[in-house]
Amino acid sequence: MRVRPKLMALSSGLVALSLGLAACGGGGDDGDGGDGAGYNAAIENIVNPSDKKGGTLRMAISSDIDSTDPGNMYYAWSTNFVRLYSRMLLTYPAKPGDEGRKPAPDLAEDLGTPSDDYKTWTYKLKRGQKYEDGTEIKAADIKYAVARTFDRSVLRSGPSYFADMLDAGDYEGPYKDKNLDNFKGVTTPDDYTVVFHLKRPFPEFNELVNFSGQTAPVPQDKDKGERYGLHPVSSGPYKWEGDYTPGKGGTLVPNDQWDPSDPHRKQLPAKIEMIAGLNAEELDNQLLKGDIHVDLAGSGVQDNARKTILTDDKLKEQADNPVGGFHWYLPINSEVVPNVECRKAMIWAADRDAIWRAYGGDVGGDLATSIMPPDVDGREKGTDYYTKAEKGYKGDVNKAKEALQACGKPEGFEVTMLYRSDRPKEQAVAVALQQSMGRVGIKLNLKGYPANTYVTDQFGSPEFNKKNNVAIGTFGWLSDWPTGYGYLWALTSSDAILPAGNINISMMKDKQIDDWWDQAYETEDPAERAKLYNQIDDRFRSEAYVLPGVYAKSLMFRPDSLKNVFFHKAFGMYNYSTLGVE
Amino acid sequence: MIAFFIRRLVGGVVMLLVISAVTFLIFFGLPRAAGQSTDQLAARFAGKSPTAETITAIKERFGFDDPLAVQYGNFLKSIVAGDTYDTGVEKIDCPAPCLGYSFRTNQSVTEQIVDRFPITLSLVVGAAIIWLLAGVSIGVLSALKRGSLFDRAAMIVALAGVSLPIFFTGLLSLTFVVHAWELLPPVSYHSFMDNPFKWASALILPWVTLAFLYAAMYARLTRAGMLETMGEDYIRTARAKGLPERTVITRHALRASLTPVLTIFGLDVGLLFGGAILTEQTFSLKGLGNLALEGVIGSDLPVVLGTVVTLSLAVIVMNLVVDVMYGILDPRVRLS
Repeated sequence: MRVRPKLMALSSGLVALSLGLAACGGGGDDGDGGDGAGYNAAIENIVNPSDKKGGTLRMAISSDIDSTDPGNMYYAWSTNFVRLYSRMLLTYPAKPGDEGRKPAPDLAEDLGTPSDDYKTWTYKLKRGQKYEDGTEIKAADIKYAVARTFDRSVLRSGPSYFADMLDAGDYEGPYKDKNLDNFKGVTTPDDYTVVFHLKRPFPEFNELVNFSGQTAPVPQDKDKGERYGLHPVSSGPYKWEGDYTPGKGGTLVPNDQWDPSDPHRKQLPAKIEMIAGLNAEELDNQLLKGDIHVDLAGSGVQDNARKTILTDDKLKEQADNPVGGFHWYLPINSEVVPNVECRKAMIWAADRDAIWRAYGGDVGGDLATSIMPPDVDGREKGTDYYTKAEKGYKGDVNKAKEALQACGKPEGFEVTMLYRSDRPKEQAVAVALQQSMGRVGIKLNLKGYPANTYVTDQFGSPEFNKKNNVAIGTFGWLSDWPTGYGYLWALTSSDAILPAGNINISMMKDKQIDDWWDQAYETEDPAERAKLYNQIDDRFRSEAYVLPGVYAKSLMFRPDSLKNVFFHKAFGMYNYSTLGVE
Repeated sequence: MIAFFIRRLVGGVVMLLVISAVTFLIFFGLPRAAGQSTDQLAARFAGKSPTAETITAIKERFGFDDPLAVQYGNFLKSIVAGDTYDTGVEKIDCPAPCLGYSFRTNQSVTEQIVDRFPITLSLVVGAAIIWLLAGVSIGVLSALKRGSLFDRAAMIVALAGVSLPIFFTGLLSLTFVVHAWELLPPVSYHSFMDNPFKWASALILPWVTLAFLYAAMYARLTRAGMLETMGEDYIRTARAKGLPERTVITRHALRASLTPVLTIFGLDVGLLFGGAILTEQTFSLKGLGNLALEGVIGSDLPVVLGTVVTLSLAVIVMNLVVDVMYGILDPRVRLS
């Protein structure tokens, strides 16, 4: 006797159910809002201007944020993103072009006023600015925000400029010394005046105050050290709804205590979803469809999406390919490879053409000469040392072997190379370098780590690098501010070396370079300082501490539904503080 | 039946204690036996380049200088009674069951597991229902139509399902079903309580993709079991007594064939709770598997330890459920 095909009916029902769920399921914007404004339209102009409120802005990243604590972040995209929920003493104007690169008052009434010797800088706070709970922001909150950056055992990720520059004696931070009066690096003569006291003159101090989130006010009674980043108190147009969840993301909602006269931000979307850990290719797919509005990393789409965009006229109209201000370079650790000839051998052997192609060829960027990219004020192109910034240049095997002879390792040597595992381009660069250096016997063992721990725990940890024999790795840097100091100090000064979040990955303790830095502090004339910076850049390369890479161009995509889009030169990506979706 | 259940429950608790002790020894005892100092052990728990103060804080917090038995006792105590962690800035209460504190993400491990559990639960339950229904149905039909075109086609598809890795089928399905043909929305997690339709529609693709892999195995297993059972004497007797064929198949043959299927089902579901790493990575779902992977990559040992204990618990619970189901399905088991 045959069994009636009830099971077949059940299967059919499952299929029907699937299709029904598809019909009911939500989807994002379909990106059919209209024609794109044109290829590269957002580089110098604001595309899709709008002041319409509403909608949900969806921002995603393939890894995770280094920290949502404004005092504990360093990635350019983080300091761009933090403006949504934090105001600082100074900030970059939300403007395309060179106007966006100059410091501008935010919580301060004006730029800082220096003393005659440039060792004291005074800022006046605007009155009536409030946190999300309605409490007024006072000078003591700014002082506290700066003080907490002194404790690197708690806040490991942010810049260390304040701890290096302020005249604070042996101050160890408010977690070890709860009396804020003991912090002499910043004084507050009244509730609306903040005075910074420097160890030595520094004419670029406004730029230093401006570039990071470290002057975002922090109420001392709400600070929880490293855990503060799970729910920072907002002073910006948005505030966190619930906690930020590491590895997953969080939601921002409008802050009704924000002052709408703020010229650098808008409060347009009704909600902002920040999604962390989305697979990079999937993120690009959703970006092209408009389901995601912004790729937070701001370093451009991956290879597959790049091909799709460049071969589709409609999609290309919604793309921009600016020179981002980043230099993707490869620092060489002088503690793991102490012999300069061995380091020269690595540079000689490197296939620059393969690295350039791995970053995307013409669309990915231009071959680099100096470490400072072209947009740094006063930068000179410089000399190629042990390499050539030419298309098709595949390294010089003979010169590499000569250098290996000179360093006493004619058969080569074995070291580790790191790269960020969630960035396919960096993985491709690592493979290219492994192959090119392998030709001369330099064996690179490749290891990938996620971007959100790469600088704090791996490549930016001198102890990690020494323990794991890490000689070289992929890295990128955007100038903290657009002068040679803002670009090169963290990379080359021995004072900049840190146990975690270290940017002087080459572990340079070069006396000549340190002397030039000391000279720069005393030099008032910007053109004279620029000469010093060029000398530092030259020695950085002549001593083979670094393999130049690519001045990055990012192919960025803006869905039609994204409003007020423009490329911000200071952040090297789209500006995030004024976006809308309606 | 109750005695049977109690015996199994006690056995499960003992097993969990043994697993927790072994896990604890692996993370705390083996490194010491291999010559690692307590400073080095503390550095691993920091999950990042720690300063001397952080290492001292972690050593004090975890009692690394105490005897191993005392440390294990404290670990069990924190699961049962909770604990308090000193981050150096504040004291954080970790209520029971406290599985530790992650210095990397600054959250309690239990909090992270509880946060991620619904995602893995949704993934596993949805896929399990589909693969069980589809796999068993196809297996039964294949057995009944042995040698037919349907049987051969089903087994070829089953072979493909078992052979193709999930990251391949998953990425293909995302590329075509979601992005090219736009048949389904992008994969994401929405709470069932907020919107059941959105929950289901956003997860149907990983369900089907994961189910494809397992349904294949279950179809083959069910087919084999059915073929063996259908040849038994009691099946012939049932037919001879004039029972309808549907009753013979469902009440007698299938019921007996399900025993090995249930065993595998319990293990598969239990393992998936901590091990659906590839599926979660492919579809960017932030479940327990993804948490375990992040813990491994970030050297976040408290998270790794917490997820291992959770996975073990899931496997033990599922095996307990399976044992109870045996008792229901097969009277000989509960009476033994």
